[in-house]
Parts: sequence; structure tokens; C-alpha cells
Amino acid sequence: MSSAPSSTYSAVTLTVNGEKHTLTVDHRTTLLDALRERLDLTGTKKGCDQGQCGACTVLVDGRRNVSCLQLAVAAEGREITTIEGVAEGDRLHPVQEAFLELDGYQCGYCTPGQICSAIAVIEEHAAGWPSAATDDVRPEAGPPPLTPEEIRERMSGNLCRCGAYVSIVEAVARAAADRSAAKEAAA
Amino acid sequence: MREFDYRRAHDVPGALALLDADPEARFLGGGTNLVDLMKTGVERPARLVDVRDLPLDRVESTPDGGLRIGATVTNSDLAAHPEVRRRYPALTQAVLAGASGQLRNMATVGGNLLQRTRCGYFADVTKPCNKRVPGSGCPAVEGEHHNHAVLGASEHCVATHPSDMGVALAAFDAVVSYETPDGPGELPFADFYLPVGDTPHRETALPPGALITGVTLPPAPVAAHSRYRKVRERASYAFAIGSIAAALDVRDGVVHDVRLAFGAVASRPWRARTAERVLIGATADAENFAAAADAELAAARPLPHNAYKVTLMRNLVVAELTRLTEESAR
Repeated sequence: MSSAPSSTYSAVTLTVNGEKHTLTVDHRTTLLDALRERLDLTGTKKGCDQGQCGACTVLVDGRRNVSCLQLAVAAEGREITTIEGVAEGDRLHPVQEAFLELDGYQCGYCTPGQICSAIAVIEEHAAGWPSAATDDVRPEAGPPPLTPEEIRERMSGNLCRCGAYVSIVEAVARAAADRSAAKEAAA
Repeated sequence: MREFDYRRAHDVPGALALLDADPEARFLGGGTNLVDLMKTGVERPARLVDVRDLPLDRVESTPDGGLRIGATVTNSDLAAHPEVRRRYPALTQAVLAGASGQLRNMATVGGNLLQRTRCGYFADVTKPCNKRVPGSGCPAVEGEHHNHAVLGASEHCVATHPSDMGVALAAFDAVVSYETPDGPGELPFADFYLPVGDTPHRETALPPGALITGVTLPPAPVAAHSRYRKVRERASYAFAIGSIAAALDVRDGVVHDVRLAFGAVASRPWRARTAERVLIGATADAENFAAAADAELAAARPLPHNAYKVTLMRNLVVAELTRLTEESAR
């Protein structure tokens, strides 16, 4: 085999919020730990570290992932967006605005993950993806309306130990409605 | 976590060469199960070969009207694919019933087939487990087994297979394709998972060093009228305590074709062929649905804390076949 000698660390270039960072990582390093401990991007939170709570949710190539089960070395070449990168300068992302307005949190620890997840949920729904709450998944049935039941199912990978779910569902619904209203106005 | 080497493969021959049939090496797909098991010490690979960049990320129609699903297609892309939703809706429903949106974006079809049981004893390296350490024993038989197998298990292991996707693949006679350094091969889904017997650590019939390259679904008109239903201890984001993939073609009130597979009741997705045989040609009514379920479940050997699964599966068969019958009458 003509491969390089075995090594337990690598130099990787991570693209985070549009900026490239080159660093040497032990292969065991998760994307979550690289973001927090190496790049000082502490907005992404560590909850369970087992892929079960969603606190560490980030966007990878525009799709929500749990960064605690993503090895940093395997994230090279992908576009990573964290909560620090969703606003445009001082202008908050509409999902951030909706969480603020409707109190979609209590302690706030799960909020960065909730917001990253919600941004993707709204995109997934707009792309016509069904969910486990969708009764008829056939394409002929058309996209399901984004009901509270749909939102709860689609957001079920994000736990909130304060139990702010009622407001979180309202915030996601508001942001989704604002997005489609804006699309219609632009059309 | 043990230190490990990491390589990224760009084509199938390269991936096989990088793995080099080394028993200490593992292919890395989405990592949603493997990385978790590495954190807990259940898996201790010396080398990971990342296969996420392999050109196996397409879902394509086959000339005969089936579908070929690449091994690195993510659960999300599989579930959202229009032809999957149109021709095999139970497969979309099964995939969407599993894990969370985040995990479905990461997890791959090949990895889904090879994921490990969520038995608590398997996951805890301080406990005996015949699957993890052959010959060490199975504490689940006399311990915590309320969500363990009732069909096809043995005294050596009563763990269940956790996949939802696999239940639909079992119902629709999927064929698993793989590559080895000696060439390609295929395994019908019925032969893919090995019986438990006294070797619960041997889970699949894949040759050593093989890479799953895809799954082919043969054409199945009955599958267009199918459903997946999952029962769990909370409304979402939990493993099944029982699930069913069902497809039904009723003509003039008689069962013309039927597919049934059960999840969370055995070491593998459980194709209910005995029930299917009872149903073909029978009047489509609740009494016959129950009789078919009873015929399948006659082989069940429940433990003290999981006998409820036999009743649960019987009820699921009757409920889902009744629902499909009502829908086809509309």
C-alpha cells in the first residue's frame, strides 16, 4: 500500500462562518471541541456530547448536524456555520429575532442549537421535505403545512431542559411565516 | 478514546486499499453511531477510512422500475427523494421515524445497515456482553430486557436491531451490493444479517474488508401502497419498542399481495413471511389479519419483561392492514 505512514493527528483547514482556519488536530477531536477550544467560538454548546440533545447543532454545507459526533478532521472542505455566523453584521437572523420577540428560551444554553436547527427546519420545509408528522409523504400530496405538530416533530432533536418548548414552537412558526411572506412579496 | 489514523477515500478501490481488510480499521460514514461508540470505548479502531466523499451518493431508477440507492446517500436525502416517496412510501416514513433531523443529515444508508444494537449492556464496557466480548455472557436475559427481542434470539443474545430503515428494506426485498478487493458481491436482505445462535458478535454475512456500495430495491407495485408505523416510549426521537412496515394490495376484498416486516423485535429487521403466506388469497378483514399475526408470532419466545411486544405486534398488524384496506377502498 502506497499510503502515508500512520499518524494520529493532521493539519486541517476548517471553513467556519466564511473564514478559513488552519490548525493541527488530534484525530479524536470533534468539530464541537475544535470550535470551542481551538477557535474560541463558544456559542456552540456542549450538552450530552452523544448526539442526543442538539445543543451542539451547527450547519455543515447548509444542513444541520450535531458537531459532537462530527470529527473535525472529517469536516475539512465543508462550509461550517455556527451561531456566531448566522446574523449579518449587526442585523440578527430572522430566526434570532423571532426567538427574542417570543421568548423562545429561559436559561439560553440550548438556544444556539435551537436557532441553528430552526434555520434548517424552515429551509427543509420550504424544500418540500416531509417529516414523521406528515400523514401522506407521496410527492403528489404536496408539502405539508408547517403546523405546530410538524414543528415539534422536526425540532425533536433539540432538547430544552427549561421546557421553553411552547415559545420555541411559536418562534419557529413566526420565522417561517415571515420568510414565506417575504418570498411572496418578492415574487 | 484510543488514538487512530484517519484517511479519506475518494473512490471505491482506494477505500478498499486504505482499509486493507485490517480488523482494526473501520469505514467512517456519517459517524453518528461509530463515533459515539468510540467515545464509550465499545469501538477502538486503529484507523478510520472516511467514505463520505465516495461517488455513491445517488438514488437512481433501475431499468425494471426499481431503485438503486448509493451507500453514502444520507437518510435525509433518501427520505426526501420523490421516487422513494412515490414508489416506496413506507421507506420514507421509516427513515423519517428514526433519529433526529440533525442525525439524518449525517447518517448514511450503508452505515444504517451496519449500526450496532442499543442494548444497554452492549454499550457499557464494564458489563459482560457476548456481542461485544464473545463468551462473556448476556446479562440481559435475566436483567433489563423490556425492549429486547422476542423473535429469533438465543440464550447468548437477546439484543434487537435498532434500524427503522432496515424494516422497510426487509419488506421490499432489498439487495445489498458490496465490493471487496476480490471483486463485487450481492446479498439479498434475507441473508444479510446472520442468525444469532451462539455467535452474536458475527452480525452480517459481508466478507471481511467489504464495503457496502448500495442497496437495490426491486420493482414492487404493492409498495406504492405502504405504511410504516413506529411505537415508542415518547412521541419522537426514540428507538422503537415495536414497529411495522406494511404494504397491501386488496382486490375485490381479497388480499392479492402483501408485505410485512417487524422492527425492534429481533436481532434483525424481521420479515413476517409466515403472516404473508396466511394472508395471500384471504379476505381482507380484521379476523384474518389477527390470524396472520398469530401465525407469525407463534414463534415468539418472550422474556418476563417483554411479553407485551407480542400483543403490540399483533395489534400493529391488525391496525395497519386495516388502515391500508380502508385507504385502498377510497
